[in-house]
Amino acid sequence: MKDIEKYVNPKALTPSNAPFFRYEEKRKGEERRAKLCLSIEEAIYRSGLKDGMTISFHHAFRGGDLLLNNVMNVIAKMGFKNLTLASSSLASVHDPLIEHIQNGVVTQIYTSGLRSKLGEAISKGLMQKPVQIHSHGGRVHLLQSGELHIDVAFLGVPISDEFGNANGYSGRSKCGSLGYAMMDAHYADYVVVLSESLEAYPNVPASLHQDQVDAIVVVDEVGDPSKIGAGETRMTTNPKELLLASHTAKVIEHSGLFQEGFSIQTGTGGASLATTVFLSERMEEKGIKASFGLGGITGTMVYMLKRGLIKNLLDVQSFDEFAAKSLGENKNHIEISANEYANPSSKGASIKQLDIVVLSALEVDVAFNVNVITGSKGLLRGASGGHSDTAAEAKLSIIVAPLTRGRIPTVTKRVNTVVTPGESVDVLVTDQGIAVNPKNRELKERLQKAGLHVVDIHTLYERAIALCGEPAQIAYTDKIVAVIRYRDGSIIDVVRQLA
Amino acid sequence: MKQKLRRSMLFVPGSNTGMVCNAFIYQPDTVMFDLEDSVALSEKDSARMMVFHALQHFTYQNIETAVRVNPLSSPFGLQDLEAVIRAGADIIRLPKTDTMDDVLEMEQEIAHIENRIGREKKTLLLAAIESALGVVNAVDIARCSKRMMGIALGAEDFVRDLRTQRTKEGTELSAARNQILLAARAAKIGAFDSVFSDVKDKEGFVHEAQYVKGLGFDGKSLINPNQIPWLHKVFEPSKKEVDWAIEVCEAAKDAKEKGFGVVSLDGKMVDAPVVLRAEWILDLARASGVLGEEQ
Repeated sequence: MKDIEKYVNPKALTPSNAPFFRYEEKRKGEERRAKLCLSIEEAIYRSGLKDGMTISFHHAFRGGDLLLNNVMNVIAKMGFKNLTLASSSLASVHDPLIEHIQNGVVTQIYTSGLRSKLGEAISKGLMQKPVQIHSHGGRVHLLQSGELHIDVAFLGVPISDEFGNANGYSGRSKCGSLGYAMMDAHYADYVVVLSESLEAYPNVPASLHQDQVDAIVVVDEVGDPSKIGAGETRMTTNPKELLLASHTAKVIEHSGLFQEGFSIQTGTGGASLATTVFLSERMEEKGIKASFGLGGITGTMVYMLKRGLIKNLLDVQSFDEFAAKSLGENKNHIEISANEYANPSSKGASIKQLDIVVLSALEVDVAFNVNVITGSKGLLRGASGGHSDTAAEAKLSIIVAPLTRGRIPTVTKRVNTVVTPGESVDVLVTDQGIAVNPKNRELKERLQKAGLHVVDIHTLYERAIALCGEPAQIAYTDKIVAVIRYRDGSIIDVVRQLA
Repeated sequence: MKQKLRRSMLFVPGSNTGMVCNAFIYQPDTVMFDLEDSVALSEKDSARMMVFHALQHFTYQNIETAVRVNPLSSPFGLQDLEAVIRAGADIIRLPKTDTMDDVLEMEQEIAHIENRIGREKKTLLLAAIESALGVVNAVDIARCSKRMMGIALGAEDFVRDLRTQRTKEGTELSAARNQILLAARAAKIGAFDSVFSDVKDKEGFVHEAQYVKGLGFDGKSLINPNQIPWLHKVFEPSKKEVDWAIEVCEAAKDAKEKGFGVVSLDGKMVDAPVVLRAEWILDLARASGVLGEEQ
């Protein structure tokens, strides 16, 4: 052994913990089930969680998520304080967080979305530190840059093996793609997988991998399958949604991008879903096929894949059970991580290859800035999601919204909160006219030539005001309750406390 | 005389605030506010008020408006008329028109109101024929007033009067449809078919629309905005029709420029009604978006 020291790092000669290295008596196979914990408490204890640390969750179970509340209750009971909660997003089901914030268990939040009573409480000044609202791509950027450092990730899955190989498209509470959880598994110091069922090793193909996972807890249920699906899965019969969808499909058809091999991303909700249906009809008539559908994937997209209208689906989040199931069954339905999806500093984010994105809005202003996070009363009630990511990178970003909702104008002089800057938006489709961003002169000409009802966005604004009247200003205090981070981490806007 | 396109007449219950506020966005050829059967007795006044305001709102200035008023024999009929003529309704749809007298009585009341308020633009009349008696009198009804712009079949009440019910095939309506169409054409006014009630049955709707279009009807009454694009698609002329219409219209223009009294195309004489028909097809083509404005 003496001579060896000249050639190798001396540290390599220090005995490690690897079995047999120290020539200790060790039974083979002893570590096979070593990651399994009997309870969430045990996993937390093993993780070495301390006050002031950052914990994370993913949001693939959306409104059906049962895990975050359960884990937070255990954490609170164990007496932890001053934690940073970094969930990729939060839904209405997470209102119980209010209590943990009041009790000082959670003192800082990073999330894409905030809704319901939690959003309202935070808007009214529940937290001392402002919430950091990020986009889906922006979250990965924050993880990569180190601003957001996850100490312990709690990742719910429907199925895993004893070594941590887990996926979301089999088992009971199928959530489909684990695109967001993949990032937590990659960046967190300690990764706890909470699985509804345990499969024999190896559970492949896996989305979360054995070499990323530290501990596994088998839990009764991670989600409520009936609430995992986001929004509508059936074709809407709402005339206004159908009208918006029909206008949107026409904009796409005449955009100059509607040709063989185009790519598209749409959201959930009636109008988005109907747009894909109308578009499918035009694609069949014209014999055009899309190269890929991206982002949150719906059953309609799966239907297009099965019909051969789309060649591939790149799925970061499966919006309904059809998408979740298809992910496990169809080799052209591919799971991608949030980094591959939308991170601006990724070596390759699919949005950079995207032609068309169809997005919604709570408000759009005359400079085409879009608000998807605060409602007409100034409350936090939405999500940044992939909105600013896709708008910035897609060749054509289409915002679809009714001109008025009840007596609330959607088109305003200045949005309450900027999430997506107007520079990245190409066209706004409303039920009372289509406004093209003046910087995209070619598109305007194309749509006009096709006979679509193209109007100036100021005309839409004036019309909205003529219909609804000028809304009263929302009264805020000076205190900042949320900071809107643009996808590169910069601050694009802030949300203040309601007066 | 050039005809206005009236493919789609969308019924909007006068008491349905959301629909009254939004109906114009669906761009039917005519919006038909209803104050009669779709409005509950307890809402007659509020519906009249709402339609009164809607008719004057800027959103309804670039679209043709009709109002189905309550019968003059009811306590509401005259009040409806007073309100909607003041508010500028283009057309009054008479409910349950059985005889010529129904029309003349309504015409007299309208003229009286117009005189009093100094309204210059004449309010037009559309008679809904909803009974066997009405079908039998269709010719008189269609021809008795210069204000009459069309007659429409109200199938639901009509089949009850016939002691039968509606079927998908529509055989029970065939006599009425033919009679109404003939009466309308004899009076050189429009003919409009009844509503199709099953709003989810696109196939059935399209089938019926194609059938009545084939008979010669100008359009249909509709109860759901989703039916508008289906109906307009049915009335969308084919490329062949459009090409033919363009040729005829160009020949007519050419003849007019050269001062010829007779239009000829490929050596054949083209009658005036044929030119009118060609113009109508081009109107349809423009409205359907298959022909650009510049043509």
